[in-house]
Order: sequence, then C-alpha cells, then structure tokens
Amino acid sequence: MNVKNQEHQQDKSPHELNRANSSRRSRVRKHLTPLLLTFFMMFALWIILSGKFDVFHLSLGVISSAIVAFFSADLLFGNQGIKVINLPASWIRFIRYVPWLLYQIFTANLYVLYLTFHPRMMELIDPRIIKFRSRLKGDLSRVTFANSITLTPGTITVYVTLDGVFSVHAIDKKSREGLPGEMEKRIARAFGEE
Amino acid sequence: MIIVVTILLIFGLIFFAGGAVGILRFPDFYTRLHPAGKLDTLGSLLMLIGLALFNLHHLSLANLLTSLKIILIVVFIFLASPTAIHGIVDAGVRAGLAPWKKGEKRR
Repeated sequence: MNVKNQEHQQDKSPHELNRANSSRRSRVRKHLTPLLLTFFMMFALWIILSGKFDVFHLSLGVISSAIVAFFSADLLFGNQGIKVINLPASWIRFIRYVPWLLYQIFTANLYVLYLTFHPRMMELIDPRIIKFRSRLKGDLSRVTFANSITLTPGTITVYVTLDGVFSVHAIDKKSREGLPGEMEKRIARAFGEE
Repeated sequence: MIIVVTILLIFGLIFFAGGAVGILRFPDFYTRLHPAGKLDTLGSLLMLIGLALFNLHHLSLANLLTSLKIILIVVFIFLASPTAIHGIVDAGVRAGLAPWKKGEKRR
C-alpha cells in the first residue's frame, strides 16, 4: 500500500503539483472568508451595543470579536463553502424576501386574532399534522423555511428530517392548503436554489 | 410622530391581549401554541418599533444607537420565537400527545 502511494506521488507531473498548490491556496481562502465575515459582523454588533468610539473600547472590541470569529466562524456559515462574489447579490435577494414575509406574518396574525375572538371557534378549526417533502437543499434555506412556516398562517413546523420532509401542525383547512406553495418558491429564489 | 407611536403601541397591545385570550380559549396544547407564538411575535414587533420611533424624537447619536439596539431585539425575537415554539411542539410530539380533533371535548 505504502509503496503504491509513493509511486503515485512520483507520477505527478509539475502541472498536477501546481494544481495541488492552488487548491491548497483556495482552501485557505475558504477558511479565511467566513472568518473575516464573522469578524466584521461581530464587530458591527460590538459597536452598536457598546456605543463608545474611543480607542480603548474599539481595541477591546477588535480583540473579542477576533476571538469569537476564530472559535465560531465554521458555525455561522457551515461547511458548504461561500462565494464572495455571490454574497451581496444573495443578501439583496434575502432582504427582498423580508417585506413579503412581514406582510404574510401580519395577515396570519389578523387571522389567528379573528379565530381567537370568534364565539364558535371550536367549530372553525380542524387541526391536523401533515407531512410534505420540500425541494430546498441547503441547511440555511430549510431553517428559514421552517421558521417562516411557524410565523405564518396557522401553521407550526414540528419536525424536519435530514432529507427535507417537513411535519407541520396546521390549524385548519385553509392554512393546510397553502403549503408548501408560494413561500417555498420565494425562499428558493432568495437562496438561489431555482 | 407621537400619533404613529401611539397607534403602533395600541395595536401591539391588542395583539398581546389576543395572544393571552387565545392561550385560554383554544382547545389543546398544540393549538394553544398558535396564538402564543404568532400573536406575541407581531405584538412585540409593533411595540418595539413604536418605542424605537419614540426614542428618535430628539435625534442624536446616543438615541440612534438606542433605537438600533431595540431593532436588534426585534431581530433576535424573530429568530428565537419560532425556534422555541418548534422545540415545545416537538417535545409534545415526542411525548406522544395526540392532537385535538374536530368534535372532541376541550382539554
């Protein structure tokens, strides 16, 4: 086994070595980008929360956000590799999703409020747990979808399996029929999973 | 400005009150979480935005920072509240509590 491996290494042409080198460089960049992004997010949070702009407090902020970024950069962005070029575009797409979600939350709340004060509410609701498979692939998009479902019309996400099967507790027929529907489409667009 | 703030606060209070009534009126554990989760989220959104606007009455850097902090609270509530509801519902399902069906008695 060992001998074979050595032979294999000797077989490598200069071109392949070059490619190995560049892949190592890109791996370093892959680690560095989440680190820097986490650092700047933490530092912005520090500035907002501390509200002091003298050198002492700012340097304390730099040190502590560097420590936090070092320990938790791989938690925030996961292991799925991010492309810096796509980043502003994807954020803009996500920000465009937020107003629609807020509008949905508002109508959902009005509906639940109507149900709450309805005198014969027990006859209107028909709660059930339904299951459906989502076509969303990424972890972050699934989490966003689950949280959005919980926030909108009469539905609460109970469980999401690893292969994307959502269990949802829906309060009546109307809210059951709306799933997965338009929200999934919009989240797929917001996360570039068309 | 004051009028907008007052309207926001009153609507927030209505949603909070609806949430409290809903927790008492709905028939079982799962359905009670619907008003508990959603109405509280929108109520706190409206009230906190009202407070952030009220805080901007005298515009200065310190007031701006305080308003930003209030907006941050809204963001974290919107992340944490659905997650907490999901945890509670999941605990109920794992413990084997069957959902209320139409026509059953209130639990």
